[in-house]
Amino acid sequence: MLTEFLQQLVNGLSLGAIYALIALGYTMVYGVLRFINFAHSDVFMVGAFAGLYLAPLAPAGSILGGLVVVGGAMLASALLGVAIERLAYRPLRQAPTLNVLITAIGVSCLLQSAGQLVFGAAPRSFPVIFPARALSVGGLDFSSNQVVVLVFAAILVIGLRLIVFHTRMGAALRAVSQNPRAARLMGIDNDVVIRFTFALGSALAGAGGVLYAVNYPTIDPLMGVLPGLKAFVAAILGGIGSIPGAALGGLLLGLVETFVGGSQYSTYKDAIAFALLILFLLFRPAGLLGKARIEKV
Amino acid sequence: MPPMPKAHLGFLLALVLGGVLSGLSDRIDPYHLDVLIGVGINIVLAVSLNLIAGHTGQFSLGHAGFMAIGAYATAAVTIFLGPHLIGDTAAPGGLAENTLFGSALLIGGLAAALAGLLVGIPSLRLRGDYLALVTLGFGEIIRVLLQNFEPLGGALGLNGIPAYTTVFWVVAAGAATVFTVGCLVRSNYGLGFLAVRDDEIAASAAGLDPARYKVVAFTVGAFFAGIAGGLFGHFKMTITPSGFDFSRSIEIVVMVILGGLGNTVGVILAAVLLTLLPEFLRPVAEYRLVLYSLLLIGLMLARPQGLFTFRTHRAVPRA
Amino acid sequence: MKFVSLLRFATLLAVSPALHAAEPIKIGEIASLTGKEAAFGQSSHKGTVLAVEQLNAVGGVLGRPFELLSEDNQSKSGESATVARKLLSREKVVALLGEVASSRSLEMAPIAQRAKIPMISPSSTNPKVTEVGDYIFRVCFIDPFQGTVMAKFAKETLKARRVAVLTSVSSAYSVGLAKYFKERFLADGGEIALEQKFAEGDKDFKAQLTAVRAAGVDAIFVPGYYTEAALISRQARELGLALPLFGGDGWEAPQLIEIGGKAVEGTYYSTHYSPEDTAHAVQAFVAAFRARWNGETPDAMAALGYDSACVLADAIKRAGGTEGPALRDALAATKGFAGVTGTTNMDPARNASKSAVIVTIKDGQFKFVQSVAP
Repeated sequence: MLTEFLQQLVNGLSLGAIYALIALGYTMVYGVLRFINFAHSDVFMVGAFAGLYLAPLAPAGSILGGLVVVGGAMLASALLGVAIERLAYRPLRQAPTLNVLITAIGVSCLLQSAGQLVFGAAPRSFPVIFPARALSVGGLDFSSNQVVVLVFAAILVIGLRLIVFHTRMGAALRAVSQNPRAARLMGIDNDVVIRFTFALGSALAGAGGVLYAVNYPTIDPLMGVLPGLKAFVAAILGGIGSIPGAALGGLLLGLVETFVGGSQYSTYKDAIAFALLILFLLFRPAGLLGKARIEKV
Repeated sequence: MPPMPKAHLGFLLALVLGGVLSGLSDRIDPYHLDVLIGVGINIVLAVSLNLIAGHTGQFSLGHAGFMAIGAYATAAVTIFLGPHLIGDTAAPGGLAENTLFGSALLIGGLAAALAGLLVGIPSLRLRGDYLALVTLGFGEIIRVLLQNFEPLGGALGLNGIPAYTTVFWVVAAGAATVFTVGCLVRSNYGLGFLAVRDDEIAASAAGLDPARYKVVAFTVGAFFAGIAGGLFGHFKMTITPSGFDFSRSIEIVVMVILGGLGNTVGVILAAVLLTLLPEFLRPVAEYRLVLYSLLLIGLMLARPQGLFTFRTHRAVPRA
Repeated sequence: MKFVSLLRFATLLAVSPALHAAEPIKIGEIASLTGKEAAFGQSSHKGTVLAVEQLNAVGGVLGRPFELLSEDNQSKSGESATVARKLLSREKVVALLGEVASSRSLEMAPIAQRAKIPMISPSSTNPKVTEVGDYIFRVCFIDPFQGTVMAKFAKETLKARRVAVLTSVSSAYSVGLAKYFKERFLADGGEIALEQKFAEGDKDFKAQLTAVRAAGVDAIFVPGYYTEAALISRQARELGLALPLFGGDGWEAPQLIEIGGKAVEGTYYSTHYSPEDTAHAVQAFVAAFRARWNGETPDAMAALGYDSACVLADAIKRAGGTEGPALRDALAATKGFAGVTGTTNMDPARNASKSAVIVTIKDGQFKFVQSVAP
């Protein structure tokens, strides 16, 4: 019984770490621009495919090779994110939120359908890029890839916090998030800040994509949809706009899904995730760590 | 209200048109008929969502969920109760059959309206993106529950639904939706919807109860979505939970946005356009989705107020 | 308007042979060429295209060539009915081929039935499909047979007494196959220790597998698709579960080994055919398929897509024409048709009763284990 419980704990944490990685990107963009970037989950997919094409160029099964692949995928995703922002979102900066939301849905649909043309619709297998080993500690079984994901998630959360709270760009980012007009009056170029936000958020999605593919080595152009939705739920649980919140929400959702998935109610796993979303939005819309925002007249 | 009689006239004309078309439907190419009925069902869906999203400003991503409830409830009535009520000997297209279908549609609509009421209540507390997410979650939960509910077919869905949907029913439902939404919004009472959309706080300061308007919009909108679901099921003769997923909701949202929020005529045109467009793009099937999404983005960039809105609307500034 | 002229040119190309030859026989095909199940649809489509090309190369049947009209339903529900109506009323096709997924075959079937145009599903295994009416056929076996085969295999070959079942709740195929397997396995005195569920798109199965591990079973039955099967096998091994896993024809694809790697060694599944079959017809098909489609090895979906077109051509030849009722009768009378997926005999319920093949994975290769006659 105890072993099973601990094993599920390990399973849940490693699943949650991936949700957390994707949730970070949602939170970044939402924090600055206040809109749900539906295309984020597809940037995640493109990141995984970038990893697939980069993998043959790096030494297989080594930590260095893995880092090179993840780095390359992050770069490719960042470029894609910046391009999407420039072409699709920036012209709509003054438009109603709903129009931006629709455009984001359009971009998401475009990436998925173009992905099916370019990469093919069939699932592709993802190569081994990090050293892969099955580990067993005290009756708990896990793979070295799960450890890699947890380590990455931790590093990226800390790194992101450092960027946001201890750099000039981070200060500008927070300023734009709080009040774009006042930030502009203070001499901050909003466009630069927003571009940076998209680059950073998309790079995180790219890293998430590769790490997801490492753990679940089958990728396809529609792979982003479900984890994207779940990560969004995670971002809300933790409090959207909050970096530690995204991490906490991701871990929490991973644990909930795992414990439900291992129980006799496994069939309602997804329904429970969405029910959690609704309950949180209704009774604690600011999430666990977010600050409540009062809408002013 | 002077426009009222004109609206009544339009409603009657639509019913006559529906009757005539229905009488001719044996002569219409079945594929054209299929597309025509698809257009009609999408008009019902888009105009009903327009009441929620366009006129009242409450963004919903769960319209397919209401549609699913209507589709399953209506089909359950005609499949499980139908044979007991009208027997096997009822003439196809006869009075008994149409009465059964009409009442089943009503039940489907009411079931969806009840769900609309349940979702409308959270909208009292939430707005904007958050409300959109609650409705999204709701739609997904409906889908998962249907998948797990074996009496209604589970993942395989319901098959062998009688083909009761005719052009008449679709035109009648379309006319009823446009008529009801139009009357609601144009009445003195209904001006409150627009007031809630434009400025909720000012509206409540003026003595209106925004909560009531939101709940009414959700309930009425869901009712017609349920009817559309019932028509859809009895037209396709089979329904599956996965047919009412998130992307179906998105399709309806896109119609409303392209048509212009709150612009009924525009929304109808957009529903027509977006139903026909994929049909014309069929020869280039593989590129169809790519073109469709490019078109969507392009339209949003070039005409953010919607394709068919020509008056200057007060743009709601983003917070 | 370059695009339009290009399109016209393409149509001209397609039509021009017909101008000086006999009028072609139009066959409609509905497949998920794009969307989430495109992998299956594409495979089946490639098989069908190959069959039609081969038939035309020898002059078609009744002196008339075939014209294949393929429509995509984007793996979406609601689309198949519309394109079926289009093919029937606009193109006046004489028969419909499709779909892979049972749920979408069930959308097309009532349309074909009402129009009295025969429909042949290549690979929908859910029994309900052909129950729609007497114009609906299939060239594959059905899930009750497959479930029985695997239940017997689990009991007799794997010597399993307690089995866990992992079912995909969002897939009608998975739920159906699980049901028939459980019925038979319980009837044979076996025990279903537990049944855990997952949904389409899930990639993490460790929660379910941990519960399976705690339940202590002899084997795990996974009635799902190959991506899920491969990931479940991998994660089972990562959790230290060294049990045999086994499943149905949804496992059939080269990606099972690509994704699953060493983890799928020693797993078993039932399917319709094996490309390793040394029968001449199978080897000729595999070679022709590779030549036509860039060296791809045909999987079961491709073989069934191929056979569906061949069975239809055979029935047209026997019917001596393409009239719906006559063609229906000829299809219903199909006996001993030798295809690449074995000998097809139409049973009275219009299901092909044919043998199932059990395949295992050994040294990174699919290996034929045994053939189970109906």
